[in-house]
Amino acid sequence: MVKAIEQEQTGRYGKFGGQYVPETLMTALIELEDAYKEAQQDPAFYEELNYYLKDYVGRENPLYFAGRLTKKLGGAKIYLKREDLNHTGAHKINNALGQALLAMRMGKKKIVAETGAGQHGVATATVCALFDLECIIFMGKEDVRRQALNVFRMELLGAKVVSVDQGAGTLKDAVNEALRYWVANVEDTHYILGSALGPHPFPQIVSDFQRIIGLETRKQIVEKEGRLPDAIVACIGGGSNAIGMFHPFVEDEDVKLYGVEAAGSGLDTGLHAAAIADQKEGVLHGAYMYVLQDDNGFIQEAHSISAGLDYPAVGPEHCHLHDIGRVKYEAVTDQEALEGLQLLSRTEGIIPALESSHAIFYAANLAKEMNKDDILVICLSGRGDKDVQTVRDALGGNNNGN
Amino acid sequence: MAIKTLQKVMEAKVAEGEKAFVAYIMAGDGGLDSLREQILFLQDSGVTAIELGIPFTDPVADGPVIQEAGLRALEAGANLRNILKTISTFKEEIHTPLVVMTYLNPIIAYGIQNFIKACKQSGISGLIIPDLPLEESTIITSELQGTDIALVQLVSLTSPQQRIEKIAKTAEGFIYAVTVNGTTGVRQEFTEQLEQHLANLKIASKVPVLAGFGISNAQQVKEIGAMADGVIVGSAIVQAFHDGNNKQITELLRKQPV
Repeated sequence: MVKAIEQEQTGRYGKFGGQYVPETLMTALIELEDAYKEAQQDPAFYEELNYYLKDYVGRENPLYFAGRLTKKLGGAKIYLKREDLNHTGAHKINNALGQALLAMRMGKKKIVAETGAGQHGVATATVCALFDLECIIFMGKEDVRRQALNVFRMELLGAKVVSVDQGAGTLKDAVNEALRYWVANVEDTHYILGSALGPHPFPQIVSDFQRIIGLETRKQIVEKEGRLPDAIVACIGGGSNAIGMFHPFVEDEDVKLYGVEAAGSGLDTGLHAAAIADQKEGVLHGAYMYVLQDDNGFIQEAHSISAGLDYPAVGPEHCHLHDIGRVKYEAVTDQEALEGLQLLSRTEGIIPALESSHAIFYAANLAKEMNKDDILVICLSGRGDKDVQTVRDALGGNNNGN
Repeated sequence: MAIKTLQKVMEAKVAEGEKAFVAYIMAGDGGLDSLREQILFLQDSGVTAIELGIPFTDPVADGPVIQEAGLRALEAGANLRNILKTISTFKEEIHTPLVVMTYLNPIIAYGIQNFIKACKQSGISGLIIPDLPLEESTIITSELQGTDIALVQLVSLTSPQQRIEKIAKTAEGFIYAVTVNGTTGVRQEFTEQLEQHLANLKIASKVPVLAGFGISNAQQVKEIGAMADGVIVGSAIVQAFHDGNNKQITELLRKQPV
């Protein structure tokens, strides 16, 4: 299913990317790059990965025709790529699995990871249980609060979850602590970075392991429709589900690609997570990207109802795809995402994750403007079970979905 | 290429058979107003150079003491621009080399050329950028050519020999030998490999080798200092200034081996 692809060697996507890390980590990054290159040449690596993707994760997952949603909106035919049906409930497991197998190739038995919504943490804790690896997960204090169930899930799986107090206690702060931990334990520990972020080679590795989303979609849509879709929509935090979905379509110029950032309370309020919309370049967590920051270069806190999008930068490849105009990046507010979540729940009986709900809201508007014989694919990156409490709090008692 | 002032000062110290002592402060901790007092105090105490930490929101290389000092400095409104500007107001009084320690993003936000210009105006002798490894360093070194500002490279315990040699070849000012795998801050003990590591590093390097990270008491200053050309002390000095315990700093300096 997954095949190795050729990538540029420099770790750059146009001017974005790079390796801005403390010297202590450089050797580990070079080692990771070498191990990954070696794995890419080894059919046995992909055989093992594909075995687990099929029999453990449950791939391939369906590309589902959302008939009622299509009818209700009255525009393009809408398909949902059902990453929510994966084991652990989101696309994150694709990457966690691949990186855990890589860690074992490097002889590393300890894993550190960060998590925002908890989906990547759960996926990492899951593969660590599966392969008997020691697992420590850093999670922002605020995220521990709003994703309490996922914290317990990780603990059930045998992981140690560390709550991070610094900053606003969200994903950025969790990455800081995970990086500090990695620096101190680099010799026997692999860092499973959860999004298409961080220093080279992480963005490339994460993108490659998530690429299966787009590869399956491509095959499935051709089987069902006999052609490629006209448009694809995915949500963007760091951008791992989106890059995985987009990558196999980047060279098909007739397929329009849309990445949806979190506009939080609104772009004009300053309380959002839309780094591409904000257009300030800088370095965070090892890579040159679009980063939310003030005039002094101090990183600003991101704001989003969705913990998984609550990150002040966007992965380097997305920044480049924006610059060359290949992908159109838009932003959707908390309120709009909540509407998207309710829309899909009621029309299709699928409760999407709040992250994915951003894509759904945007896609719903887009579909209306498209023709009936056009095809639109939404990457349904995760399921909404983890968000039910947050959504209930947001909608309140008086407006319980009505 | 002319040898830069920072390196000359370090080499002179070594030539005298003494150990260099670099003191780190978090600029703006206690307010920008206390910057002059802190720098002149350290100068009068006889430090070889002063490392000027710039506060940052996401200091991934720093441990708890410097993180907290950074937050205090941020709350006091300190940033790269106003710190350099403050320094420029009393630079005539400073005769000890100043080395700016900042993460890369504030430099990018400032604009690299504007930043270097401001450094020149404030008489800065060196830069330490913990998230700028050798592979990425040309964005800064290209702008430093023809200036008297040295980019100090870091070498870690995890750097393999070949890499150490590569870094040593481009080194100027001094080499910052990171003595632990981890962040800055107080340590009880150091790895047994450290002595051998520092010995190898001294052979590979044509510039003085200073050891830093985790060196927090007079005993460690003496022990680690003996293995290198000098030491860098951060968290202990930051904490002492915060506690108003300047005497403790004098103690650290007095006990340095000769």
